Amino acid sequence: MRAWLARLQQWAERRLPALTRYRRAESLPIELHRRRIYIVPTGFGLGFGVLLLVMLVGALNYTNNAALLLTCLLGASSMTSMLLTFRALDGLSLASVRAGQAVAGQPLDLHLVFAATRARESIRVELTGQLQAFHLTTAGEAELVFQLPTSRRGWQPLPRMRVWSTWPLGMFRAWSWLHPEQSVLVWPQPEAKGPPPRLPESDAAERQLHHGEDLAALRNYRTGDPPRHVAWKASARHEGLLVKDFEQPRAHEEWRLDWRELGALDNEARIARLARWVGEAHAQRRRYGLWLPTLEIAADSGSDHYARCMSALALLP
Amino acid sequence: MNWRIHWRRRVEGPLLSPRSFDLTVLTMLMVLAVHAPHLPVWLSLGLGSVLALRWWQRRRAPGKTPAWLKLPLIALLALAIVTTYGTVFGRAPGASLAVGLLVLKLLETETARDARVGIAFACFALMAALLFDQGLVATLGVALGLLPVLAALRSLEPAQTLVSLPRQLLPGLTLLAVSLPLTLFAFAVVPRLSTPLWGAPQDDQARTGLSSEMSPGDMTQLLVDDSPAMRVSFDTAPPPRGDLYFRAFVMWNYDGTSWRASPPYAKPEPVDATDRVSYAVTLLPNGQRVLPALGVPLGVPDGAVLRAGRVLARDKPVDDLLRYRLTSALHYRLGAAIGPERAPALELPSGLNPRTLALGREWRERLHGDTAAIVGAALALFHDGGFSYTLTPAPLGRDAMDDFLFSTREGFCEHYASAFTVLMRAAGVPARVVTGYQGGFWNRLGNYLLVRQSDAHAWSEVWMEGRGWVRVDPTAAVRPERVSLGAAAAGGGVRPWYQDAWLQNLRNRWDIVNRWWDKGVIGFDALRQRGLLTPFGVEQTDNQTLAWLLVAGSLLFGGAGLAWAMARRQRIDPALSALRRLERKLARAGVARRRGEGPQHYLRRAARALPGHREALRVLMEQYLQLRYAGDEPADESLRDFRRKVRDFRAARVVQ
Repeated sequence: MRAWLARLQQWAERRLPALTRYRRAESLPIELHRRRIYIVPTGFGLGFGVLLLVMLVGALNYTNNAALLLTCLLGASSMTSMLLTFRALDGLSLASVRAGQAVAGQPLDLHLVFAATRARESIRVELTGQLQAFHLTTAGEAELVFQLPTSRRGWQPLPRMRVWSTWPLGMFRAWSWLHPEQSVLVWPQPEAKGPPPRLPESDAAERQLHHGEDLAALRNYRTGDPPRHVAWKASARHEGLLVKDFEQPRAHEEWRLDWRELGALDNEARIARLARWVGEAHAQRRRYGLWLPTLEIAADSGSDHYARCMSALALLP
Repeated sequence: MNWRIHWRRRVEGPLLSPRSFDLTVLTMLMVLAVHAPHLPVWLSLGLGSVLALRWWQRRRAPGKTPAWLKLPLIALLALAIVTTYGTVFGRAPGASLAVGLLVLKLLETETARDARVGIAFACFALMAALLFDQGLVATLGVALGLLPVLAALRSLEPAQTLVSLPRQLLPGLTLLAVSLPLTLFAFAVVPRLSTPLWGAPQDDQARTGLSSEMSPGDMTQLLVDDSPAMRVSFDTAPPPRGDLYFRAFVMWNYDGTSWRASPPYAKPEPVDATDRVSYAVTLLPNGQRVLPALGVPLGVPDGAVLRAGRVLARDKPVDDLLRYRLTSALHYRLGAAIGPERAPALELPSGLNPRTLALGREWRERLHGDTAAIVGAALALFHDGGFSYTLTPAPLGRDAMDDFLFSTREGFCEHYASAFTVLMRAAGVPARVVTGYQGGFWNRLGNYLLVRQSDAHAWSEVWMEGRGWVRVDPTAAVRPERVSLGAAAAGGGVRPWYQDAWLQNLRNRWDIVNRWWDKGVIGFDALRQRGLLTPFGVEQTDNQTLAWLLVAGSLLFGGAGLAWAMARRQRIDPALSALRRLERKLARAGVARRRGEGPQHYLRRAARALPGHREALRVLMEQYLQLRYAGDEPADESLRDFRRKVRDFRAARVVQ
């Protein structure tokens, strides 16, 4: 049954362009308007309609005008609620989409920002099976966070999402499709395990601790500082003792991760290994650089550098 | 084994929020309230306590009531209804069952779906309450019941602004108010059924009202019932109060305790009228088959026949509001010749009331059969014989008329009419009892006469040679105020509190609203539908035309609503609109703004392309950037200046 329905939907999307006018992706912001909001009665709405019909026939049969008036009032209210349902979506816009970072296979945080010029109630957004509801008290913005499943590295287009509302009485459902043009970048998945990077020779020289001659700064004396570190000349011009602060020994050596050194592996395995090394280096707060066929990233550290390296890996052909 | 009793059953899926549940309970409470007037008291109380218990239980911990508690309750409800009414079919048992099941449905209401089903059914139950009473107050009460219905449906939607409970009811009121025009239109043009599809409900309610039987003392109930019986509007000025006798039943047959309307044969007496009064009567449902008529009716409304005694009878009981037009005579000669009905008009039960019969015979002999003198003697007896008017007379024995005339000497219209008629028959004068209404309240604002059940009255008619049947009101001999001022004045101090003079007066004036409701809404039938539509050029009001009209009108209303819904009330930014204007001017000059081009870049490019306007465009650009980005709100003055400069800007075409 479900499969049959899915086939019917596919057929409808192919054959009925009115339903699918906005299947193609659009640039942000996407504003909903009357040409792209569809309304159908919900199951409850249909049931209520049948009930109204029964009430109408009953009132007419018993020539009970007060009951007829009540039935008409309920019917007219239902009709009015349809307009309100339409207005719940009309003018709503998807203002921006912000993507988080994730490696392939892990869900990616997708922040959707909806904006409107007046208050909205009970609007639901459905994206890849996840359903979230939001409301806007006054003109403003609401941000929803979805988990977008990812499978492979590289640019991944955003899926089509459905915005719908049954506000206010749940008798009608207004819906529309949103298909932002934007794509999100998915990072490559690091390999599970493998050898550590081969370190260049030059690293051995730097492995020793160096608290050599590089004076970094002067600081106030703290109990326990060796007397030979006291900067006597500087302290003479100062109230308290000043101590020469030497640069701390380097905890880790710098890694130079090179694409060319992994010639034995195929393309994706190389990328996965580099991704693992980049991840490990980032976790150990090392300085690391990355050499790729298309790009050379100088040694650095920090999350921006990590993101840059991972994105570069993700974009490799 | 775990023998712990489970009070609650767990449910799957998202539970109703406490607010939604409260509103659903409120909905059920409203249904119970509008049905309470016709439900048995124990049922109302029982269902009310079930409702309260369930509310309390869910506040503590959500969960369904288990089946072992639910099923016995349902069985108990059905059993109680069957023992009370004897059946579950019919209006009253049906309504009891519906309301009971609705309240019990709440026991298992835990999800939005349950609540929606319950609320929809509550709408139906609200409508069912109108089958019992479709008066203005009842209808308003039911309409008020729609507020929790709408609020509860709204509260079922996810993610909405939370407001207090009373404020949550308000949007429903707005929705109803907005829907009112379409409601009234639909009400006016919905085609009415010419014949019911299935049997109309049997009127199983005991209604107070005149009946075809009268025994002295049984009208007391009626005389304290001040619900409206009918409303009469006259084409000309209303007749004087003393002439406001509405005849309903004429009774011949007396068995010693009660009078019965059993006409000896169904031929109405001829009448010579000396005047004519035309009027329209709106008769409220009373379950009777007679139509009260002023004086003696001259015409016959549709669906009625004229019976002996000039009584208007109908083949169907009056179960709905009925409106009829009539012409009557106030001064007349009714039945100048008396034929075979003379014998039944003299008949008396044998062996009863010997003293009354003796008195009648004595009058006949003393007055030599002079009818007028005999009538005068009887009235004089009532006037001077120490009789008093009271609604709580002493009970009468086997010889009821003897007891009344010679020992108790107290009673109201029924006693006097009955005793007078028996006296007349004993004296050899053909006489009969007439019951109906007398008097009423003239509502000056609405220009109509309001006749209440408490205006019910009984009087006599005697046949006199040459004058025919003449109305004699023996009550007037005892208590003239009964005729001149009305039943309330005659009752003395025994009236219930709600018939207190000033309150009664207020109620009489308020009745105009009820009349308007009865006339405009309850009495709105196919005939009035045609009357309403004819001025709009709709000559034919058959069902097909009406259906088309309904569809077209609904589309019209829908279109208006749609126009409202689609209206985009955008507040245009004045600085931006001025810039757009400048853009249009520059585009005509050949420099169109590119997609994604910022104003600064664009105006610089325009300045390069139009060297003659370089300075002006530079000023405009700087001014716009100032307006846009310098402060939160642009100063009015600089905004005006910018707009003026844009207006005055004239660009020469760019030289390609």
